[in-house]
Amino acid sequence: MADLGPLIPRNRDIHPVPYDPGYKTSVARSPSQPLLSMESGASEETGPTFGHGTFGALDNNLIMNFSKGAAPAIGERILMHGKVLDERGRGVPNTLVEIWQANAGGRYRHKKDGYLAPLDPNFGGCGRTLTDDEGNYQFLTIRPGAYPWPNRGNDWRPMHIHISVFGHSFGQRLITQMYFQGDPLIDMCPIAATIKNRSQLDRLVAPLDMSNSRPLDFLAYKFDIVLRGRRQTMFENKLEGM
Amino acid sequence: MVQPLDIHQETPSQTAGPYVHIGLMPSFAGIPDIYENQLGESPIADGAKGEVIEIVGSIYDGTGWAMRDALFESWQADASGKFAGQDGADPSVSGYCRFAADGETGEYTLKTVKPGSIAGRGGQVHAPHISLWIVARGINIGLQTRIYFEDEDNSTDPLLNRIEQRQRVDTLIAKKTADGKYRFDVRLQGEGETVFLDI
Repeated sequence: MADLGPLIPRNRDIHPVPYDPGYKTSVARSPSQPLLSMESGASEETGPTFGHGTFGALDNNLIMNFSKGAAPAIGERILMHGKVLDERGRGVPNTLVEIWQANAGGRYRHKKDGYLAPLDPNFGGCGRTLTDDEGNYQFLTIRPGAYPWPNRGNDWRPMHIHISVFGHSFGQRLITQMYFQGDPLIDMCPIAATIKNRSQLDRLVAPLDMSNSRPLDFLAYKFDIVLRGRRQTMFENKLEGM
Repeated sequence: MVQPLDIHQETPSQTAGPYVHIGLMPSFAGIPDIYENQLGESPIADGAKGEVIEIVGSIYDGTGWAMRDALFESWQADASGKFAGQDGADPSVSGYCRFAADGETGEYTLKTVKPGSIAGRGGQVHAPHISLWIVARGINIGLQTRIYFEDEDNSTDPLLNRIEQRQRVDTLIAKKTADGKYRFDVRLQGEGETVFLDI
């Protein structure tokens, strides 16, 4: 196989800080020693692939997938869509995007979530899809509710959808969250605040996209995702002492 | 002013949170039927070449508590050191697995084949290892580390040799507990803190 070059080293400054007392659980779960930095190799530059045949027709439709098409979930119907790119601006085709979220009342369908908001009998809360040849993806879902969580005295999570992306190499692996334009809880959230650079946090806030909303059906929110790219391989030399 | 660099920044990470299983391992969250299949259930299929091994361990937070909510992904080469998709790779080895810390005990189990050593750029050879990626509530960006094996020759591995404090090398090496059985614990902080990677 052609050598596409090593992964561009991660710029840790744009990411959340691992240790943040405002997000209490991070205090005992953040490494205290520096990470060991190295140039990527085959272990990071290769990764799993998933075939189109693996996916069901409703896998990216969270409104219908839990009931197998029998009845729609309750909530504000939305289209979540966007493009997966790499740092070079190229679309990442045929890559797995998975999402999970609370229901319209802010409750997760998980054995560990005991929030008093009720479960929706027609909402599971997860979806998955492969990007198309240009890197585009879309999900039909409902807008998740905000919910309280045990942290400081009265902390609430803003409305958000969790997103997991693969890219084509294991070193590109990324999980993040999409927030919604105009949600006042974003500015009060200790988890959003683990990202110290406000302009970077703004990149996780999806704008309302009326151009892709369908009249009398759903609103649309656009969320693009950028994964690590590759360094060019010209003048590739063995590093001194390696 | 200078010419603009035509480069995008990676999207910032956010924690996977306590309900990550809903998205990545729905059957673990109690939603077994939402998809026809679950991804990453095993890194090997019947007929995979090489020694089948089982790795067991826990992940401990800075207080020494075995975390109950962590989710792991592993990625590895086959017994001959080839990754799925490379020429000559074993078709029975996907090399990819998802597994979770047990909700009651915090222990995880990974059943796979022992990988071979891997050729790197410039003639480097990496000792057999499994790449591990760990997410959980309180982990703001997924943690990368590697599992090496105590019964392999790790002496010339370029990553292990980069670790200055030699006693920390041990944190990346699975201990053999019986034939085909290994133990690999992860410690997020404090004494015996696992070496985490930025690769």
